[in-house]
Amino acid sequence: MKKNESYDEFIKGIWRDNPVFVQVLGMCPMLAVTNSAVNAVAMGMASLFVLVGSSFLVSTFRHLIPKQVRISCFIIIIATFVTIADYTLLALVPKVHKELGAFIPLIVANCLILGRQEAFASRYPTRLAVMDALGMASGFMLALFSLGAVREILGDGALFGVKLFGENFEPWVIMILPPGGFLTLGVILLFFNWFKYKKDEFLEDVAAAERGSD
Amino acid sequence: MTTDSRKEATSPSSLRLVLTLAIAGLVSGIAIIGIYESTLPTITANKARELREAVFKVLPGVTQMQPLVHRDSELVVVDQPDKDEPVIYGGYDDQGDFLGYAMPAAGPGFQDTIAILYGYEPDEKIVVGMEVLESRETPGLGDKIYKDMDFVGGFSALSVEPEIVAVKKGTKSLPNEIDAITGATISAKAVVRIINEAHARWVGQLPAPGSEPPFVLTEAAGDEAGQ
Repeated sequence: MKKNESYDEFIKGIWRDNPVFVQVLGMCPMLAVTNSAVNAVAMGMASLFVLVGSSFLVSTFRHLIPKQVRISCFIIIIATFVTIADYTLLALVPKVHKELGAFIPLIVANCLILGRQEAFASRYPTRLAVMDALGMASGFMLALFSLGAVREILGDGALFGVKLFGENFEPWVIMILPPGGFLTLGVILLFFNWFKYKKDEFLEDVAAAERGSD
Repeated sequence: MTTDSRKEATSPSSLRLVLTLAIAGLVSGIAIIGIYESTLPTITANKARELREAVFKVLPGVTQMQPLVHRDSELVVVDQPDKDEPVIYGGYDDQGDFLGYAMPAAGPGFQDTIAILYGYEPDEKIVVGMEVLESRETPGLGDKIYKDMDFVGGFSALSVEPEIVAVKKGTKSLPNEIDAITGATISAKAVVRIINEAHARWVGQLPAPGSEPPFVLTEAAGDEAGQ
C-alpha cells in the first residue's frame, strides 16, 4: 500500500499530471533551451536537482516554517539549490553551462518548482514529497527532451550532435529558432489533448456497454 | 491539532518570522559561500586552460606565451594584469623567439556579445588564426562562426590592410577578403568587425616589428612551458 502510494506520486508527474503537457508550467525554459537535445537534458537535470533538493528540505521543515513567510523561505531554499547547480555546472561542464547561459539562474523563477513546494511538499511527508518531485522533474525532463529532440532532428538533422541524415539534408531552420519551439509545443499539446479526448470517449463507451449488458 | 499549534498557525510572533527568515538566509549564505569556494579553483583553472589552448590554436607554432599590457606608451610583460586592463598575449616558440600576438576582442553579435581571440603577425600584418571564446549565436546558424571550419580556416594569412572585408561565399579574391557564411552573414560580419575594431585600437600601441618584448621566463610561464 505504502509502496503504491509513492509509486503513484512518482508516475503522476510523468504522465497524468505532466508539468508541461498537462499543467502547462515552466514554459520559459521549455521554449528557450530546447533547441538541442543536449541542452534540454542538461536543463532537465539541473531542474531535477533543484526540485528534489527543495522539496526534500521544504517537506522536512514544513512544521517549522511559519505560514506567513513560507513563500520567502521556499524561494531562499530554491535559490540556494540553483546557485549550487550553477557553480557545479560551470566547474564540471563549462561548455554546457555556456550554452544554457542565463537560463540556469532563471530556474529560480520556474513556476513548476515553487508550485510543487506550495501545492505538495509543504503539505506531505518527506518521502512522498521526494517521490512527487522526482516524478514531476522526470516529466519535465521528458517534455524538454521530446521538444529538444524533435527540434534538433528537424532543424539541424542531428540528435545529440550526431548527424542522422546525409549531406543532402536541408535543415528546417525555423525549428531551432524561437518560433520552432512554439510550433513543436503546439503540436505536442494537440496530441496530448487528442489522446485524452479519445481516452475519455473510450471510457464512456465502455461504461455505456457495461450498462447495456446489465 | 493541539491548541498550541492552532494558535501558532493564526499568529506567530514577529520575532519568529524574522528569526525563521534570518536562519534560512544564513544557512543559504553559508551553503553558497561553500560551493563558491569549492568550485572556484576548478573554474579558474578551466578558464586559464581554455585561454592557453586558444592562444596556441590561433598562433601556429607557438609553445610559450606571456601576458602583455600597454603601460606608459610601451608594451610590458606583467605577471598579474590589473582588473579591467586590456591584455594581449605574446606568443613565442621553444627558443623564446617572438612569433605573434594573440589578441582578445569582443563586440556585439547577432544575439549577444561575441568574444574572440585572434592571432596577429605584426611584421606581415596578417591575421593567422581566430577562435571564438564566447558566443550565444543561434545554434545551427550563427554558431557556424566557430563550427564552420571553412570560415574559421579563412583566418589564416588574412591581411588587415586596409581592413578585413567579409564577402559572399566563394568570391574571395583579395588577401584582405574572407568568405562569409551562407545563413550566418550577420554573425560572420560581426566577427570581422570585431577584429577590425580591435586592430584599429591596438595597432598604434604595438611596438615596431622586431622590437617586441622578449620572453621572460616567469614562474607561471615556466609552469606553462613545462606542460
